[in-house]
Amino acid sequence: MQLAEKLFDINIKEVPTRDGFGEGLLTLGDSNPDVVVLCGDLVESTRSEAFSKKFPDRFFEIGVAEQNMMGMAAGFALSGKIPFISSYAVFNPGRNWDQLRVSVCYSNANVKVVGAHAGISVGPDGATHQGLEDMAITRVLPNLLVVAPCDSVETKKATIAIANHKGPCYIRFAREKTPVFTTEETPFELGKAYVFREGKDATIVSCGPLTYEVLKAANELYLERSISCEVIHSPTIKPLDVGTIVESAKKTKAVLTVEEHQITGGLGGAVCEALSEHYPVKVKRVGMPDTFGESGQPKELLEKYGMSSNHIKVAIRHLLNV
Amino acid sequence: MSDIHEPHGVHKLEEKANEIRTSIIKMLIEAKSGHVAGPLDMADIFTALYFEILHIDPENPLDPQRDRVVLSNGHICPVWYATLAHRGYFPMKELSTLRKLGSRLQGHPHVMELPGLENSGGPLGQGLSQAIGMALSAKLNGEKHRIYSLGSDAELQEGQTWEAAMYAGNRRLHNLTWIIDRNNIQIDGFTEDVMPLEPLRDKLEAFNWYVLEIDGHNFDEIIGACEHAKAVLERPTVIIAHTIAGKGVDFMEGKYEWHSRAFKGDEAKNALSELRTLGGKIRSEHQ
Repeated sequence: MQLAEKLFDINIKEVPTRDGFGEGLLTLGDSNPDVVVLCGDLVESTRSEAFSKKFPDRFFEIGVAEQNMMGMAAGFALSGKIPFISSYAVFNPGRNWDQLRVSVCYSNANVKVVGAHAGISVGPDGATHQGLEDMAITRVLPNLLVVAPCDSVETKKATIAIANHKGPCYIRFAREKTPVFTTEETPFELGKAYVFREGKDATIVSCGPLTYEVLKAANELYLERSISCEVIHSPTIKPLDVGTIVESAKKTKAVLTVEEHQITGGLGGAVCEALSEHYPVKVKRVGMPDTFGESGQPKELLEKYGMSSNHIKVAIRHLLNV
Repeated sequence: MSDIHEPHGVHKLEEKANEIRTSIIKMLIEAKSGHVAGPLDMADIFTALYFEILHIDPENPLDPQRDRVVLSNGHICPVWYATLAHRGYFPMKELSTLRKLGSRLQGHPHVMELPGLENSGGPLGQGLSQAIGMALSAKLNGEKHRIYSLGSDAELQEGQTWEAAMYAGNRRLHNLTWIIDRNNIQIDGFTEDVMPLEPLRDKLEAFNWYVLEIDGHNFDEIIGACEHAKAVLERPTVIIAHTIAGKGVDFMEGKYEWHSRAFKGDEAKNALSELRTLGGKIRSEHQ
């Protein structure tokens, strides 16, 4: 899959996924005059700053008013613009879900909703700011695409791809630096999941930066116990690439899902829905275990709440009874 | 822009508003549910907009240069639908499909369905924000059309309204005119009993809006205020249109109970027969 060389090098380059969003916006600013950016008082941390400086006429500071921001974006889109609206996932789409539902999705308005600081790895800010429900509340909305890219390179591709997609999209990314393990050559298309590592004993489906932890776990499981895991990275949660996932499940007969999100309603939920309908196999889910987070260092939190590569390894052994 | 836009005398507008009110009541009889007080009290403002004020062309409903009407309190859509049909956006006979399966006339407006609609709406407080996005988009494009954001008084109780009001006031969006239907009613009672809005003018002025107050049933005042707003360049204009809920049907006027109830027994027949004819009776009750 043309991933980075020296994938498991301890010195692999680490960059926050949101940086890729900032770069994607700059590219779009140059290439598409219809792209406008709205931000709710989080210009720097959502990486809208470079766009705001280079394209000040097309940048709108909304202040701390996420509901108004969503509605304004609908108005821009109904006038032919392609608005990106950025804030933290807990506010956008957390605070403004009704506006997303009616002003945007019901009108199929071409709005790109950007949820930064998704996941437990937000860290010291604590539970209020750890977006762990955003995929559940967006996945149920008609017309809306839901995307969770895995590193800054893929985030840039996804940012450009959702601008080119006509219709509302939600994209989430993380706060922390995470390994850059895809490359310019790694394929990315909305609605497609990719087999990042082939295997035969179990399938692991993941999204977001945790896909790297999954690859690490799969590698270690193979080296330590000769367990062969197929790793499917599914950056688009909706529409889910059911074909790729079912095909792998037919081969391995066991599926693990991994996401930095509540264990209900997100990628795990989507995979369970698809498999139970098309090819029921045993599934285990790794994610936030139906609880709120707390303050702490990102790595500590991933460890405490069960989303580290060690937990993924344990979950696979439970799934396979080995 | 279009030659369809011809000036009408006030008398003709009053006649048209009465036809629209008649259509609204007939639609609601047929639908057996829906909101009645708001649509009746906004009939004069919709008539003034679509038959006098707006630069629009029903033959070309997506003309980028058209004036836009954004409706925030979507539940009064019978008046929007009736006005659009009377203005020629779609066949009059379609009005009888309101709220029925497969209809383009949804219980609350759906922008993808019907020519002439500019937004979807229902959950209160969402319209002004959308109008702001459209106004900014027009400015970005250097377009001269205007955005008219229509909403109710009670939906001012929604926080989003004030987020939007703060934005537009501070950004001097002078291509935006906000018309508030001050009919003083909401589902549970009179606004000043349920959750008072006064002093409304002071609030809006404090948010940097240029405030006009009019009799929302007086065509000269409606048209005059919308023209006045065009000349105000330093601030967006809000028109507080004082209206009488259920305007035109004696037994409904001013009664919050008619916000959203359906007709029973002979009420519909009586409403149609009581719907006031012209000859001064539509004239303002504030005078």
